Amino acid sequence: MSENNLIEFLIEPERYELNAAPAYSFAMDRRQFFKSLGGGLVVLFLFKDAKAQESGGPGRQQNQQRPQEIGAWLHIAEDGSVTAYTGKVEVGQNIRTSLTQAVAEELRAPVASIKLVMGDTDLTPFDMGTFGSRTTPDMNLQLRKVAAAAREVLIDLAAEQWKTDRSALTASEGKITNAATKQSLTYGQLTKGQKLMKAVSGNAPLASAERWKVAGKSIPKVDGRAFVTGKHKYTSDMKLPGMLYGKILRPNAVGARLASVDTRGAESIAGVTVVRDGDFIGVAAPSPEAATSAIAAIKAEWKAPEPQPSSKDIFDYLKKHPAESQEGRGGNATVTGNVDEAMAAADKKLEQTYTVHYIAHVPLEPRAAVAEWRGESVTVWTGTQRPFGVRSELARAFHIPEERVRVIMPDTGSGYGGKHTGETAIEAARLARAAGKPVKVVWTRQEEFTWAYFRPAGVIEVKAALAKDGTVTAWEFHNYNSGPAAIRTPYNVANQKIEFHQTLYPLRQGSYRGLAATANNFARESFMDELAHAAKMDPLEFRLKNMKDARLKAVLEAAAEKFGWGKSKPAEGHGFGIACGFEKGGYVATCAEVAVDRASRAVKIVRAVNVFECGAIVNPDHLRSQIEGALVMGIGGALFESIQFENGRILNASLSEYRVPRFSDLPAIEVVMIDRKDLPSAGAGETPIIGIAPAVGNAIFDIAGVRLRTLPMAPIGLKS
Amino acid sequence: MIDTIQLNVNGKTVRVTASQDASLLNVLRNELDLTGSKYGCGEGQCGACTVLIDGVATRSCITKAQTVAGRKITTIEGLESNGRLHPLQEAFLQATALQCGYCTPGMIMSGVALLAKNTNPTDAEIVRAMQGNVCRCGVYKQIVAAIKDAAKAMKEGGK
Repeated sequence: MSENNLIEFLIEPERYELNAAPAYSFAMDRRQFFKSLGGGLVVLFLFKDAKAQESGGPGRQQNQQRPQEIGAWLHIAEDGSVTAYTGKVEVGQNIRTSLTQAVAEELRAPVASIKLVMGDTDLTPFDMGTFGSRTTPDMNLQLRKVAAAAREVLIDLAAEQWKTDRSALTASEGKITNAATKQSLTYGQLTKGQKLMKAVSGNAPLASAERWKVAGKSIPKVDGRAFVTGKHKYTSDMKLPGMLYGKILRPNAVGARLASVDTRGAESIAGVTVVRDGDFIGVAAPSPEAATSAIAAIKAEWKAPEPQPSSKDIFDYLKKHPAESQEGRGGNATVTGNVDEAMAAADKKLEQTYTVHYIAHVPLEPRAAVAEWRGESVTVWTGTQRPFGVRSELARAFHIPEERVRVIMPDTGSGYGGKHTGETAIEAARLARAAGKPVKVVWTRQEEFTWAYFRPAGVIEVKAALAKDGTVTAWEFHNYNSGPAAIRTPYNVANQKIEFHQTLYPLRQGSYRGLAATANNFARESFMDELAHAAKMDPLEFRLKNMKDARLKAVLEAAAEKFGWGKSKPAEGHGFGIACGFEKGGYVATCAEVAVDRASRAVKIVRAVNVFECGAIVNPDHLRSQIEGALVMGIGGALFESIQFENGRILNASLSEYRVPRFSDLPAIEVVMIDRKDLPSAGAGETPIIGIAPAVGNAIFDIAGVRLRTLPMAPIGLKS
Repeated sequence: MIDTIQLNVNGKTVRVTASQDASLLNVLRNELDLTGSKYGCGEGQCGACTVLIDGVATRSCITKAQTVAGRKITTIEGLESNGRLHPLQEAFLQATALQCGYCTPGMIMSGVALLAKNTNPTDAEIVRAMQGNVCRCGVYKQIVAAIKDAAKAMKEGGK
């Protein structure tokens, strides 16, 4: 099923950053994965249809090599050490652990004996990127298949050596054993002196989830100790011999062009290299302090386009500035039945507009890159969710073939969809080339807040018709700019019209955990609540009445039960809210208890229940972390996070001005995970975020009778 | 202006040359290669750079290195003793109190400072003490649990 999913998987239109022009423009046969490996056993995963990966090619060069038909591969060295290679990357979602478990499960080798090489464009097969909750459904399965095939080869080798039937042999704990003769051989003994290569495309037998021994268990983060001791080297921690520190002169506003510049002040500082290439101006210096001084010594004048839209008038702007519809990027309504007729015939009609402000990812490790040139080849270490995409960006920026670019992704200080692009890698490489030494660029928090991309702002208009018995008979839904993820209603409505509209937009925007599923689910589930009240029905009962999807029903009912929905009345000043939704193979239902302080009008989420189901659970502890973490992150966007801007300037580009969830915002969280061992595992990094905003909004309505239709809902508390 | 500063870091006296306005964070990371303390915001708002100065949790990104010359500086690298993790480091691992791990050193240093003066903190006391540390991955609940687990372990361990 994973190959099919890959073919079907298209890039969502709201991943704007993947189609944007590169940040700067300055004036390749198959890879040899195995040449340095020596002996042992190599197993490759091959796509049956190499086109499977070509759908993922926005931003790729014409002259680039063909997409690799290899998905992942595994090597068992002559000493028995196991190394699995995948283009996926670790940003805190703990896939280094879950993928190690997948290999351990099928190979029947101890977790500690397995090493993963991730996101290194010279060593790992091409991968589109770590986004879209695809690691678990795709890469997990690929690695399980290569590991299972490797196990079968090892059994063959043992059978050959013992001249016995392979059916008498079993693999476990890194050994092949003959139960009858009590003989056993370790994987290292079996691969010694071998030079074997095997390819699988997907028919190797896999253990079903019911029989998992290592997968499905909570094993701790495989290299956790390096993180709690501070030993793990993130990109921003790296230091190469002779390395300089780079810094870029930033424009004074979005879209500003350089009018004039005088770099003499910076050039006169000892050891400082100044680079001017078009509108790119940067320095490389022996220390970060010297780099900061050098940038400060540059006199530049920028010309910014004015006026530009501001956060105050953004929603009006988006509605009034439609974009020319691009192919495959929105503009096509999904229509079922006849909405207009159903509306005309309805007993009751309702319509509302919801809006969502721009928000920032605020990854705690800002963008960072270290670049080193050797002749005409460059190696860049950078925290990116798309190492192969960044390789393409570098090749394009420097007009060199991709074979001369290597991108390595050290496990990174989070991303949340915000690190798909290669601007920092290009900046470091440009400075390193000029300086003739390795250069590290680490963005400041202010740069992150200003020059990274944001989750798109959006306007959502919803209209529905109700029958007397509470059946939703018509549903019309329009999303402007924020995106079409989870735009379709999961409810059973006979007449529907659903459309995503692209618009012009004033800020750099792109992917964010869950994409527009958060915005669309907020609008939809808030509106469902409004409809329930219009129908004078309990919000849970109203949803269940209009719902057929059994998996969605299951999470919703589980959330209601855990929360005690309908069992008690909220205390004075408290309210209850409920919401649900699904996206990317994950089903979520959220209940929230919210309190509004009578004096300060501060909004506090007291309690939250998040129920999630994504098929067979791969690692319960780490899944729980994703469900809780997504909920906590969602609190920020729901209640108080928003980017304030005016005339191309970000007005709150610091953590003292942009509020993110902190310890005091933490509600009592109860997570319920439904383990469907009969279903394939889906990803879990995104969808658990989509329930909290509408659940909280609905709870606020329950308290105060006030319907908040803009995210964030209460940046400075509830207005009285 | 470049100065020579004498610092006491993790029980060792070291001499470094650094500009007068260099932050303690930059000196630790770039001069002493102690990169466990992280840059997150540069304005003392996220806590990723937290170290102990004479036992007090301090934001090293807004502390000038010069101002702490001669005082006792402890970084995340100084918590392990004889290959044994501090009970709070152990508790973070056991409680899965980290995802990307970037905030973790700062979280642990703030937690260690709290446990040093309050051996049995309540949830509310933990929230108050840790409010200046941001975890964008949102593992706050597990961090609170880890601090309580460590408090218990330290009591049982007689530390």
